Amino acid sequence: MDKKILAQLEKITGRDGILTSPEDLAVYSYDGTFEEGCPEVVVLPRTTEQVSQVVKLAAQSRIPLVSRGMGSGLAGGSVPSMGGIVLAMTRMNRILEIDQANATVRVEAGVVTADLQTAVEKLGLFYPPDPSSIRESTIGGNIACNAGGPRCLKYGVTGNYVLGLTVVLADGRVLQAGNKCIKDVVGYDMLALFTGSEGTLGVITEALLRLTAKPKFVRTALVEFPSLEDASKTVNAILTEGIVPAALELMDETAIACTEESMHLGLPLDVEAILIIESDGSDEAFVLSEIEATARICKAQGARQVKVAKNELERSNLWEGRRSVTAALARRTPNKLGEDITVPRSAIPEAVRRLKAISAKYDLPIVIFGHAGDGNLHPNILFDKRDPEQWAKVGQMVKEEFATALELGGTLSGEHGVGTLKRPYLEDALGPLSIEMQKRIKQALDPLNILNPGKVFPD
Amino acid sequence: MTSLNLRSQPTLEQYLNCIRCGLCLAVCPTYRENLSEISSPRGRVALARKGLEGELDLSGNLFEQMYACFDCLACNAICPVGIHPADLAMDMRKMQEEIQPKPWKKVLFEGLFPKPVRLEMATWPLRLYQALGIRRLVYALGLRKLLPNRLRDLEAMLPRLPQRPLRRLLPEISPAKGQARYRVGFFLGCLQSLMFAEESAAVVRVLAQNGCTVVTPKETVCCGMPALGFGKVAQVQEQARHNIASFEKANIEFIITDCATCGSTLKDYGNILVDDPEWADRAAAFSKKVRDISEFLLMIPLEKPLGRLEGRVTYHDPCHLRRGQGVWKQPRTLLQMIDGLEFVELSEADWCCGLAGTQLITHYETSLKVLKRKTDNLAATQAGYVASGCPACQMQLNVGVRRAGLDVQVVHPITLLDRAYGSAPKESDRGHGVGKRGQMSGNARRKNDG
Repeated sequence: MDKKILAQLEKITGRDGILTSPEDLAVYSYDGTFEEGCPEVVVLPRTTEQVSQVVKLAAQSRIPLVSRGMGSGLAGGSVPSMGGIVLAMTRMNRILEIDQANATVRVEAGVVTADLQTAVEKLGLFYPPDPSSIRESTIGGNIACNAGGPRCLKYGVTGNYVLGLTVVLADGRVLQAGNKCIKDVVGYDMLALFTGSEGTLGVITEALLRLTAKPKFVRTALVEFPSLEDASKTVNAILTEGIVPAALELMDETAIACTEESMHLGLPLDVEAILIIESDGSDEAFVLSEIEATARICKAQGARQVKVAKNELERSNLWEGRRSVTAALARRTPNKLGEDITVPRSAIPEAVRRLKAISAKYDLPIVIFGHAGDGNLHPNILFDKRDPEQWAKVGQMVKEEFATALELGGTLSGEHGVGTLKRPYLEDALGPLSIEMQKRIKQALDPLNILNPGKVFPD
Repeated sequence: MTSLNLRSQPTLEQYLNCIRCGLCLAVCPTYRENLSEISSPRGRVALARKGLEGELDLSGNLFEQMYACFDCLACNAICPVGIHPADLAMDMRKMQEEIQPKPWKKVLFEGLFPKPVRLEMATWPLRLYQALGIRRLVYALGLRKLLPNRLRDLEAMLPRLPQRPLRRLLPEISPAKGQARYRVGFFLGCLQSLMFAEESAAVVRVLAQNGCTVVTPKETVCCGMPALGFGKVAQVQEQARHNIASFEKANIEFIITDCATCGSTLKDYGNILVDDPEWADRAAAFSKKVRDISEFLLMIPLEKPLGRLEGRVTYHDPCHLRRGQGVWKQPRTLLQMIDGLEFVELSEADWCCGLAGTQLITHYETSLKVLKRKTDNLAATQAGYVASGCPACQMQLNVGVRRAGLDVQVVHPITLLDRAYGSAPKESDRGHGVGKRGQMSGNARRKNDG
């Protein structure tokens, strides 16, 4: 990178905000996938003003700029595939205001989502979205990818909690959108526009988030199913009874085995699937009756056993295990490709059947787990990228996974986003008209195409 | 892929399956303070891989990142894949020492640490002029320009030093009080002998109180952890052989240590010498006998301490005791056995204190940030004592307590147990601090008297 640019960047953020050593650049070349691309400089800003000046400089000099948090994304979205500047937001990590009267919190983009939850829960408040990466992802990244998580079944996704955003636009100007009101229909919904935009429309530097009351009682059940088919049918059996659990998670036998190997939780190793079902609420009797009703349905559907966690430790261990699944799978093979296709919930059993058929056809394991309650499945292909034959198969398998989702009326991604990995399939999912409209939005907001270029849209 | 053909080059299995999920970032003390990827376990694994596979030069800066790891083992524990980033960083240090050996390490780790007499002589001025001595030690570590406030912090590390090293005072055999039921060896670590003599004396008394004949071989040398931390493997192996031979003569059932760092190293001798045909079995047999003092005390029928201590106590988990040896319940149980003492759990008790051997010297800024997190949590407990089964942690906690202006005594848990047994000679009551809340109420008020 040009020395003059580096000097200007250093003037903006100070010496400790600029990283240029080959080692520093190398560790900002990846995210939670196997994608890589080396940046030319990494900037760690501390204020919105600094971000604004950096973006201005990038615009003047036509330098690609990728904003990111902790780099746990699963779509290649924060990989600087065109080089340029990486704007790592991790040092903007202050919680600016918790407003108890209005149940809102104002935070900088680099706050770790779990830290935000802990802080508001101390005051009896609750920020429900809980991506599995909750301890290693930032709220800015969560908003930029509209992250989900187990609790989204009952509580909705990240975007449902965004009341306001501070966004640095592609020319460096600072946009303030939203307010503390729950309802606001004045003008276009700018919050929805930036939520899930994967850093292609602006750099989110602050967020105002809606909170709710923390449920006083929680019960979590581990349900064992000898048959994966029965487990996937049970999901709908529960939901059509009018029960809305706080979470309804599915894990197949490989997911169980890998998690057990890494966490030693005492998970059953002789079943094809488990469901983890959680009920919460402010009335203990209601929570108990809901979990009991759920247990009855499960048993009627072929569950072998329903174990309700006896205490908070058992419960948190179970969730710790669930959050570790995706990484635990790597015990088996050097690489794994996890997708997050989502189907209408009635199609879950069929989706599971077809995914297993794809696995059999190509003779590579597809592990299935995920947020079955909202139709969001995580089929993970296990493979070794060093083997060209396997790598070629993986490409075909992903294609078929996506085709399955679309044929069943679903979508490519429920919560990970498009990044680079799903770009080739975007047109199949959205059609040319939608893509044209979206490209026009991008053009209007980032005419120089400096913000996270090469992501989301096919060329 | 470069083929350096080194004995200690990390293997493919140590990094290949890292999927970069980032779970380790959440638990890494250096990442959580610096908030920059290069300070994270995932970053170190990526650098090691790129360096070993020839994608990056094996530069000084690359190896420096391996030294920036605090070796607290939190990443090893959390990784669902089973990658051990902390071990990989250590192996990279070993590898660097093979490629580019540093002369100052030879002086320090071959000439000083393994020679108890020299170590005692070197620290003699420390005992007389503590600050001056520390300055020399720091000079030996290759750091010349010291800021005055750093010097203040280093001085704050020191407990009230013994007038003579414990190695010279402790008898070779300390008889059991009453009927002798066990014959155990005691591994007297360097820090205890030179700086925390009173704590190790208390450990020997508590063992004797519980029917142990305690054999303390005087010819033992440093466990080897300092050399291991700086990549000097051959040196560690040499010290391991010496220590194993010293205890083989003693005819004992267990080898007890009161230092978390020594304990985790001694328990690892089996691995350290696994490729040495002459010593592998002897090392494995040695390691099998090693027990941390609190681990051992809860294996045997323990005499209930009758004395009473007033105050509130909390416990800081040394990384190399909790994650290194899986010992964390035992010290808490021991503290809870003492009448009058209220035990409160420390928030993030198993988060590194920031010393990590020499990080307060070599990575001063980060070390202090990590320490501040610890002292913030400590202040919230309002405890009068913080116990920790590791002299190095205690040194760091002493710095933290003084920096934060807390009225807290930093102690080894066994020191409190010893006081509750009331078997200590009077002068030991002076302790290491001046906390008012932690005063002992004396032996006179015994429970169960009436």
